[in-house]
Amino acid sequence: MSDLRDLYQEVILEHSKAPRNFREMPAASRHAEGYNPLCGDHFTVYLELDGDSIRDIAFQGSGCAISKASASMMTQMLKGKTKAEAEELFRRFQALVTNQPAPGQGAPDRNGDGHGEPSAEKLGKLAVFGGVRDYPVRVKCATLAWHTLHAALEGSQQPVSTE
Amino acid sequence: MSTVAKQQAGAPYASLERGSGFAVERVRGDFPILREQVHGHPLVYLDNAATSQKPQAVIDAIRNYYEHDNANIHRGVHFLSERATEEYERARSTAQQFVNAADTREIIFTRGTTEAINLVAQTYGRKHVAAGDEILVTAMEHHSNIVPWQLLCEEKGARLRVAPIDDRGELLVGEFEKLLGSRTKIVAIPHVSNALGTINPVGKLVELAHRWNAPVLVDGAQAAPHLPIDVRALGCDFYAFSGHKVYGPTGIGVLYGKAALLDAMPPYQGGGDMISSVTFEKTTYNKLPYKFEAGTPHVSGAIGLGAALDYVNGLGIGEIAAHEEELLAYATAALSAVPDIRLIGTAPHKAGVVSFVMDGIHPHDIGTILDQEGIAVRTGHHCAQPVMQRFNVPATVRASFALYNTKQEIEALVNGIRKVREVFA
Repeated sequence: MSDLRDLYQEVILEHSKAPRNFREMPAASRHAEGYNPLCGDHFTVYLELDGDSIRDIAFQGSGCAISKASASMMTQMLKGKTKAEAEELFRRFQALVTNQPAPGQGAPDRNGDGHGEPSAEKLGKLAVFGGVRDYPVRVKCATLAWHTLHAALEGSQQPVSTE
Repeated sequence: MSTVAKQQAGAPYASLERGSGFAVERVRGDFPILREQVHGHPLVYLDNAATSQKPQAVIDAIRNYYEHDNANIHRGVHFLSERATEEYERARSTAQQFVNAADTREIIFTRGTTEAINLVAQTYGRKHVAAGDEILVTAMEHHSNIVPWQLLCEEKGARLRVAPIDDRGELLVGEFEKLLGSRTKIVAIPHVSNALGTINPVGKLVELAHRWNAPVLVDGAQAAPHLPIDVRALGCDFYAFSGHKVYGPTGIGVLYGKAALLDAMPPYQGGGDMISSVTFEKTTYNKLPYKFEAGTPHVSGAIGLGAALDYVNGLGIGEIAAHEEELLAYATAALSAVPDIRLIGTAPHKAGVVSFVMDGIHPHDIGTILDQEGIAVRTGHHCAQPVMQRFNVPATVRASFALYNTKQEIEALVNGIRKVREVFA
């Protein structure tokens, strides 16, 4: 069970049950849809931009505990960040869950002990998703909201698919 | 030595004496993979509707072919080619008997059910479906019995009609009947629904379709491992199934078609083996079934499938069905007793599939936690998104049973679900 607790950390379960910023944002300046056709997870991410920074962010949709918690914590993390900062966090987050070195970082955490890996440093609370690296089929769950965010930032009209 | 001969000589695989009940522990010994450990637990394999495990007889038949018989078929004059051809054609006879077709000419080897359906859509369909015509399917189809017809409809300007199902997952036969008409050029239905387990009254549906002279294709992918199949009793015009779901290898399947229909159909793919003579001016096609088997076929796959069907016949499809029915009843009762579980697909007439959702917990999370307990289930939409939409769920957890599953494994599933609850408590 210790393995499972690495994946389903308390904070992840808590966010999945009570997601933050889980609402439609009709006045959003940008929004994008993300879809995982394999499991049916489906989210819309809404952004309200103020020049180059994210004044407000929200999401809606349905998905598993990992995808929903990831979306919830992403929205918390990104409020007030610039577009460039958001993209940088996305890269670091992706590196964390796939156990790859973050851009400009050293070797990945090959021993997989989940401690002190460089990419986790600037991720703050998002580091709880480090356990996903041991469940390769769940990486898409953890990154779906981030891919959707990326599409919204780019102003993409096409729904994002993880496949 | 052929597989059949080997089985008769040594009887190395479990066979059942009539009336002795189903000796599931003995049968399990025939499947080497069932000895695997997963995350420190014995494997509990409940994803049989996706693919079944293979008995030693099938593994041996494939190995034996490559060790002793491998050659290209239908063209060599040498010894091995003759022997490989004989084995390949023997597998065709086995498949013919398995579905009770009248003639081996009516048995075409394909890559699987999907290719079989595409073959009919692209040959019979393209020839007979025109603008304004209709193709009738049901609301419980697998994507592979939807998309080939959609492609055809798009090309021809025809219309895909869908017969609805009720809240238990049963086809509304009255509605099906109303959708039939003079425009109906093809009817395509599943024998057993992969997502719900529903067994359809195929004989009745064929009779209704034939009143309008519409030929019926039956997607038998989920039926072949669980039910006796008799294409002549069903009266269907085409019947498709996959080898890998009936204990055979992947990459091989069967299309049964009535000889008169197959004869009148244009070929599917061009190439070697499907011709009788070729000049740059004109090619004449080979006779059935070779007209539809262009190129070197999956010889080892066909031989493996033959061995799988021999294995199933050895146990008796009736005995297998009875055992699985017991498992289904046991699992249905056990899962119904778990709070917060909703079964999706509760038709009175079902084959070994239990699909369910749990309040507040996504199927994907359930699947991951069960996997940590060594329990393999399928989570997702099961390539049947319209079924998910019909029941208003994004996905389900599906446990599907095979001849080697036990009540203890269903108990392990129920205990695994308790663990899911604990994690999400």
